[in-house]
Amino acid sequence: MSVVTKIRIDPSGLGQSHWYEYLIRFIFGGVVTALAGIIAKHYGPSVGGLFLAFPAILPATATLLAKSEQEKKQSQVSESVQPSDGIIRGREVAGVDAAGAAMGTIGLAVFALILWKGLPQLSLGLVLPLATLAYFVTALSIWSLRETLWRRVREEFRKLSRPSGPNRHRS
Amino acid sequence: MLVGGTVVSAFSLLGEVLKPKSFAGLLSAAPSVALATIPLAAAANGREYVSIEARTMVLGALAFFVYAVAVSRMLIRWKWPVLPVTSLSLLLWFAGAFALWYALLGTAL
Repeated sequence: MSVVTKIRIDPSGLGQSHWYEYLIRFIFGGVVTALAGIIAKHYGPSVGGLFLAFPAILPATATLLAKSEQEKKQSQVSESVQPSDGIIRGREVAGVDAAGAAMGTIGLAVFALILWKGLPQLSLGLVLPLATLAYFVTALSIWSLRETLWRRVREEFRKLSRPSGPNRHRS
Repeated sequence: MLVGGTVVSAFSLLGEVLKPKSFAGLLSAAPSVALATIPLAAAANGREYVSIEARTMVLGALAFFVYAVAVSRMLIRWKWPVLPVTSLSLLLWFAGAFALWYALLGTAL
């Protein structure tokens, strides 16, 4: 599918982050994981399970992403680019990241569904990799579908808004 | 805690090198906390216990969907500041997750 080929790996993204950004994410992830375990221990697996789908990383990732985009944009400040453009750009990029996360949550639900239904019958060593694979496949499929549909809608709108036929020069 | 931090960081790093951003965002909803805790929980309490956790994880994921859509809209459309939006909206996740839990499972417990 042509949309899938648009996905690329860009290692330069790693160089744009500060060391403390990685540390924040590490601490955040560790604390949320520990809290999920503590909650499950105190309130039982039914309540604890909710926290396995807690948005652990999104707030930290979105904030750091917006900051990084803002710094990038502000380093290009010129007559045409104002400092406030960097703030707006940062918020938009963080919003796009959150939109991606929304699509990922469908994969997360499928992951949980496979564990829920599969674990009573099958071993964890089999079900966990299967559920992880299902997460990636579902998330990727929804993303591809959304990109394809969105591109088609934009093309249709572009065709509709374009003046057509020989009458377009008549006034 | 170390395992959780490592798994979450690994998904975060993967999200940083992938482009476009909407695709990288998929990994913000990766099952990183689950992957870190489930093997330990299964070893300590058995597979039935993890299956019960996974059942309510489905509800948590639905609440996450509502949270992510709301955050995305507030940032893209209204361009509100990122930190207050992403952190205060966590209340939406709590409300959604516990409302679903109570409506579907609360009476059974």
